[in-house]
Amino acid sequence: MKKFWAWGALAFGLLYFVLPLIGMTNFSLKMRRGEYSFDAYAKVLGDPQFQQTFTYSVTMALVTILFGVILVVPTAYWVRLRLPGLRPYIEFVTLLPLVIPAIVIVFGYIRLYNTSSWLPLTGSLMGTNLLLMFGYATLSLPYMYRAVDTGLSSIDVRTLTEAAQSLGAGWTRILFRIILPNVLIAVLSGAFLTFAIVIGEFTMAALLNRPAFGPYMQLLGANRAYEPAALAVIAFGITWGCLGLIQLVSRFQKTTQRPA
Amino acid sequence: MASDSTAASQTTRPTRRLPLQWVGIAPFAAFALLFLILPTMKIVIGAFQTPDGSFTLENIQGLFTPSILAAYWISIKISLSSALLGCLIGFGMATAVVLGGLPPWIRGPLLTFSGVASNFAGVPLAFAFLATLGPMGLVTVFLRTQIGIDLRSLGFNLLSFWGLTLTYLFFQIPLMVLIITPAIDGLKREWKEAASILGATNLQYWRMVAFPILLPSILGTLALLFANAFGAVATAIALTGSSLNIVPILLFAQSRGDVLGNPHLGYALAFGMIVVTGVANAIYIWLRARSERWLK
Amino acid sequence: MTFLTLTNIQKSFGPVKVVHDFNMAINKGEFVSFLGPSGCGKTTILRMVAGFETPTGGTIMINGRDQSSLKPNQRNIGMVFQAYALFPNMNVFDNVAFGLKIHGMPKADIEKRVKEMLALINLDHLAERYPYQLSGGQQQRVALARALAPKPQVLLLDEPLSALDAKIRVSLREEIRQIQRQLGITTIFVTHDQEEALSISDRVVVMNAGRADQIGTPFEIYNKPSTRFVASFVGTLNLIEAKVVDPQNSTVAIGDLTIGIKEKIDAPAGTTVQLAMRPEAGSIMDGAKGDTTLRGEVVSSHFLGSVIRTRINVAGNIVSFDMFNDPSIAPPSLGDTVALKIDSADLLILQA
Repeated sequence: MKKFWAWGALAFGLLYFVLPLIGMTNFSLKMRRGEYSFDAYAKVLGDPQFQQTFTYSVTMALVTILFGVILVVPTAYWVRLRLPGLRPYIEFVTLLPLVIPAIVIVFGYIRLYNTSSWLPLTGSLMGTNLLLMFGYATLSLPYMYRAVDTGLSSIDVRTLTEAAQSLGAGWTRILFRIILPNVLIAVLSGAFLTFAIVIGEFTMAALLNRPAFGPYMQLLGANRAYEPAALAVIAFGITWGCLGLIQLVSRFQKTTQRPA
Repeated sequence: MASDSTAASQTTRPTRRLPLQWVGIAPFAAFALLFLILPTMKIVIGAFQTPDGSFTLENIQGLFTPSILAAYWISIKISLSSALLGCLIGFGMATAVVLGGLPPWIRGPLLTFSGVASNFAGVPLAFAFLATLGPMGLVTVFLRTQIGIDLRSLGFNLLSFWGLTLTYLFFQIPLMVLIITPAIDGLKREWKEAASILGATNLQYWRMVAFPILLPSILGTLALLFANAFGAVATAIALTGSSLNIVPILLFAQSRGDVLGNPHLGYALAFGMIVVTGVANAIYIWLRARSERWLK
Repeated sequence: MTFLTLTNIQKSFGPVKVVHDFNMAINKGEFVSFLGPSGCGKTTILRMVAGFETPTGGTIMINGRDQSSLKPNQRNIGMVFQAYALFPNMNVFDNVAFGLKIHGMPKADIEKRVKEMLALINLDHLAERYPYQLSGGQQQRVALARALAPKPQVLLLDEPLSALDAKIRVSLREEIRQIQRQLGITTIFVTHDQEEALSISDRVVVMNAGRADQIGTPFEIYNKPSTRFVASFVGTLNLIEAKVVDPQNSTVAIGDLTIGIKEKIDAPAGTTVQLAMRPEAGSIMDGAKGDTTLRGEVVSSHFLGSVIRTRINVAGNIVSFDMFNDPSIAPPSLGDTVALKIDSADLLILQA
């Protein structure tokens, strides 16, 4: 009896989640009247604007990941090693982007860093790009920090550092040769999640007027019928790909992780 | 040995090294300050300022106009409905997988899919639902041509309150599943057995033991789902095209250009959003701390 | 008077048989321990009595009633778990009252009974506390009170002391036994700690790979182990290699020494057999009693306080020998040659 309800709940859930995916895939293939074809995809992939915005977003994603890793890994390491009492406060800060919605954050950016402020980031193109990157880094901070911190918790940071120092290693070497390789899996997980977040992000890019993939999708949605569905399929595929990669990469854990 | 003395000296002279410790945290502190704390502070302070910089409560008062209050109210309603439904359905699915006696290989893929679905929000999600339940959507057409049910005449419109709720559920339900599954895992088998050997039926066990234990987690996640929906804007815009009067869309428009006639009203709007999501998250954290204390 | 009987109990999980043909009759008010290493099937049998597992074969009868048709919540059995399993959302009072509430007892009676139980375990002052505010030992006592409150017909304890500190373990097992005696409740106690089992049980069942190797009183189990497993699992045992000299006269040779033993030898002359001897058997004092002398060199000597543990090399076998501390006599030193006088009845031949 219990199994009946369980399978029922699952089937119901499956229906709800699979139908929209089928719907969007189906719609994306119907561009050519009367038959299924990849016309919508061809159109989209051939659109120079698609290529431009997609490239922009991918570049931004990679830069954000790089910045995120450079910021988070040493910080998480240092806090664990030397300032363990600060950990709850740091954790609280890293969870703030989950509390404050993206739209509020970017609203704050616009008001704070406009042309008449002390740091006129929005005044120049490069400045705005930089601001957007920082915004992306803020959005992905909770996930990146959580991933890296969890990764660090499974290795004995203090002992490894002391062993390395006793053998004569300096800080950069410790970080690059010892800490980073051991948390690489965690860093990769954070990186893939950041990638998924940045590619699909709309709010910040739209309000800062940058040619990112998110606003491009929305624009197309307002004007076209079939291409948006194709875009949605592509976006879903990318998200699925990123998370699939995280799962894959997690399987190569060399150290045992305690379940969350 | 030399290494011993260096290690010893590092631990016996902490006061001397104190300034150095804090240098390590400087980059992060600068980042958090510039791109998280200062913008938020700017909003909070700006909400209480006039354009010339003096203190005022006018902006907050300005929130209490019918259209803005309506926007907040609709936002709260949508967030509440998608959170409640997401909570209920998500809890049902999580219990089905963890306790329902289903084959163990279902759990992994389900959790992975939940991870994907909870991140599949925004513009693409709106497109997917439009392609399924919109006027030309797969299911709409199917129901009309094959079964003879016209969703339109039944009053269903994707570009409305319930349409948005239904769409939001796509990431709310998986979020619930992801967060509540560890809590359900945490229900020790011995509690069920102890209750059973003391004479309790399955229902009694759930009513007197399992549900009370899970309640803080469930309520806490409800608060989290609420905050999550409240701040969502991309999906709403993509679906309704800025026509639905919800607070994030209002703020979006205000950011683009001063549609409300008072530049500082935007600050008040944003401040209001921070208060709502802040309170919801505070409830979540408090309830989680309570349940963790019980379960040690 | 037999109260709980297990007849021909078998249990398989898929193709793996974990309990083979287990038979036992337990008397009312008896305290029986199931002793054995992990995986020997002792907990499985306990869970079958509780109703959490169904036997693949055989019957369980309590007070003349076949339990196979009864679900765990219908058997009126009390159970104490290794991980305490107190309900975290209820305080001590409500935990103990749980079983009574389920049975629909009126509130006033519940209160009276709970107070009674809390007084029994000496924790009446902690009635308002929550499990997370209690120590492990306190939690386990509350679990005991909770199990006993509904006056069950049988009490089951699944390694209740394994998660506790050594000191608490000793005091709590005494307390459990005392309460059990006071209430006269038929009890099964599962443990892997042989000291626990020996010190508080009326009878002990030594289990090995799903079978009961021996059922007997602690005295019998220790002094007359029926299998090699029982001999080696319960207490320390010295193993001495010997060659059979004359099966008819029961003589064996340990190195150069030919000695007679009191047991029958089934093996032909020339075969190597294992002899077993307890460390407390025999004496190295002058004028000690005994018909056999084992000579050897002291390999190590440890002063443990009340006991001195010496290891002697007897013809290539290391024999552990315990003796009580005597302030007037110095312990043996390394390299000394000692003569260990034993009674040949202390030497058991291991058949299994």
